[in-house]
Amino acid sequence: MNASQPASAYFLEEKKDPIESHTLSIVVDNEPGVLARVIGLFSGRGYNIESLTVSETEHEAHVSRITIVTSGTAEVLVQIKAQLERMVPVHSVADLTVIGDAIERELALIKVAGQGEHRVEALRLADAFRARVVDVTNNSFVFELTGKVRKVEQFIALMKPLGLQEVVRTGVTAISRGPEAMKI
Amino acid sequence: MNMQAGTDQMNAKAEEAEMMTGAEIVLRALQDQGVEHIFGYPGGAVLPIYDEIFQQEKIEHILVRHEQGATHAAEGYARSTGNCGVVLVTSGPGATNAVTGLTDALMDSIPMVCITGQVPTHLIGNDAFQECDTVGITRPCTKHNYLVKNVNDLARILHEAFYVATTGRPGPVVVDIPKDVQFATGTYVKPDNIEHKTYKPRTEGDAMAVEAAVELMANAKRPVFYTGGGVVNSGPGASNLLRQLVRMTGYPITSTLMGLGCYPASDRQWLGMLGMHGTYEANMAMHDCDVMICLGARFDDRITGRTDAFSPGSKKIHVDIDPSSINKTIKVNIPIVGDVGTVMAQMIRAWKARKAKADEAALKEWWAQIEQWRSVDCLKYRANKDVIMPQYAVQRLYELTRDRDTYITTEVGQHQMWAAQFYRFEEPNRWMTSGGLGTMGYGLPAALGVQVAHPESLVIDIAGDASVQMVTQEMSTAVQYNLPFKVFILNNHYMGMVRQWQQLLHGNRLSHSYTDAMPDFVKLAEAYGATGIRCSKPGDLDEAIQKMIDTPGPVIFDCVVANLANCFPMIPSGKAHNEMLLGADISDEEVGSAIGKEGKMLV
Repeated sequence: MNASQPASAYFLEEKKDPIESHTLSIVVDNEPGVLARVIGLFSGRGYNIESLTVSETEHEAHVSRITIVTSGTAEVLVQIKAQLERMVPVHSVADLTVIGDAIERELALIKVAGQGEHRVEALRLADAFRARVVDVTNNSFVFELTGKVRKVEQFIALMKPLGLQEVVRTGVTAISRGPEAMKI
Repeated sequence: MNMQAGTDQMNAKAEEAEMMTGAEIVLRALQDQGVEHIFGYPGGAVLPIYDEIFQQEKIEHILVRHEQGATHAAEGYARSTGNCGVVLVTSGPGATNAVTGLTDALMDSIPMVCITGQVPTHLIGNDAFQECDTVGITRPCTKHNYLVKNVNDLARILHEAFYVATTGRPGPVVVDIPKDVQFATGTYVKPDNIEHKTYKPRTEGDAMAVEAAVELMANAKRPVFYTGGGVVNSGPGASNLLRQLVRMTGYPITSTLMGLGCYPASDRQWLGMLGMHGTYEANMAMHDCDVMICLGARFDDRITGRTDAFSPGSKKIHVDIDPSSINKTIKVNIPIVGDVGTVMAQMIRAWKARKAKADEAALKEWWAQIEQWRSVDCLKYRANKDVIMPQYAVQRLYELTRDRDTYITTEVGQHQMWAAQFYRFEEPNRWMTSGGLGTMGYGLPAALGVQVAHPESLVIDIAGDASVQMVTQEMSTAVQYNLPFKVFILNNHYMGMVRQWQQLLHGNRLSHSYTDAMPDFVKLAEAYGATGIRCSKPGDLDEAIQKMIDTPGPVIFDCVVANLANCFPMIPSGKAHNEMLLGADISDEEVGSAIGKEGKMLV
């Protein structure tokens, strides 16, 4: 047998399977510590979190929706879903990337400071990206932008030379297309 | 709506709703859950509950000497009865000391409810005396945990805790109760109709998958059953079904460390344990089989060896109640999520319905091959007239206790593997060992718990000299409650398994694996008020073991064995099942060069 081959379970990571990025939607009971439980699973088992959003979505039922963008090999992603599903306060888990063509949106607030030509250019680009101006001073704007991750990234990149000061982003939230809703 | 009926209903409800303090609710809930014994240690934050324990007689509390002892005792209790083990400890250090046992129970899927006291709710987060973030600390080492902030939730949460701990894949559940909640008065609800909103484990296997599995089994040429602790957890019914299934098909069967006893070791179809220190025939059969039927086992790294060379030519069926166990390390062809007992019943029905028959000719050939592997006699060792070989000690212990009602626990290390290899189990729930976590110090308190559950039975902890010193204080508990279990120490003055790995991997540099100041175990036993026995000559062994069995109270047996014996056969790390090291005639050079560079990186 080839001696350079990976050996035993401890070398699973060395497999060269392609890394995919998936968006998971998780319906949980909004009980204390539930978020810690979910992210503890990710850190404890060495899974990645690229983005995370969470909020209570049904107040009477105390149900929250967590959206996690994670990455791993196809096998790891299946394992992540199974590990999440067996947690006691988890109602259901959907891999929106597997279901396909989900709507994914992110909101960003972007502060840009500048004078003259830069200021005009920032406003022009904001208009092109349909970013809203939510705060104005003589030498600054705060833009509110909603869209796919790539659009947000692109806008931020364009703002950099125009006096970008700071950015806050919500992370991705996502929902499937069509009439079906996630099981609670 | 009929007003009168409505009012009556409300009155009935009010009568049902009993008001009591949080501490009373705890005791009442335990009673209603059928709990008879709890293992614990008092402290400031659980005093109200201890006060209630004092004022009742239905539940017996066993006072341990260290909270880790309480958790392992509860594990032994649970594993030997199939019931839930219950632990009661205080806040802060009480809870942190319980963490090892909770993790152990999580890894080995042992049902356990651990009630921890907590500082009063208004002090939580204030770095109060004996405060720790118990739910935070135990979150990754429990199946689920709760912090009870309102006394009116307490009864429901306790019942839910038992439900979560004992159903699905069993595991430990922590209920953290602040002291003010123990004092507060609230409503008690009974355990009936406790249904969880989200937690609904699936027990029945998918019918199509079962059909496909049975078809694959019936057409197998070189099949093997690979069973695990899930069969024990599924209850005695599952072991009976396993026997039925295995005999019906005529296929060979092997088991993990955790599954020993599900299938009788005296049966012809039994190949012995598999894995790192499993038998040659079991591992070779796993490697060369064409159909592997995995029942309630999880392809642990101690079983698979190198995963890319694990049973390369086989189609695999995997039955597990935990969907996350499937395809975790080994890809399988037919996964079936469900309770292993239920699924085996489905398999037997399907097998009978299709009047399936094993391929007799192929099976005969397969058995002939297995017999050839068996003839290697992989467990043989060099006998010695002057010193007791550890394998011989376990063999004699087995011969002298096999006809009795015996339960065996172990610590972790070489002695554990020798016990698994040489003590032969005919029934489930007779073998308690720390498999997943590998907790040294598990066996003595586990034996204590087993003895509480089975006061008339012979309970023996097959121990190592190093492991047992982690928990010796529980001998004091044994004497206090007159729990007559026996601690059978294979004493070689080494952490034997550590030394074996140092010999294999680290050029025989025995770094800190020798105990230079061994206590006199006989005197130690006597100090606790127990009996101590020492034996160092093979010729005296039978008589000494008999004396141990006949001694009415707890005994520490110091069995002085050959210092440098090693545990074989062994699949060195990073090697495949068909690359085993066999024991008896191995040279030191072979031991030194057995593991390659990659293997040295592994644990």
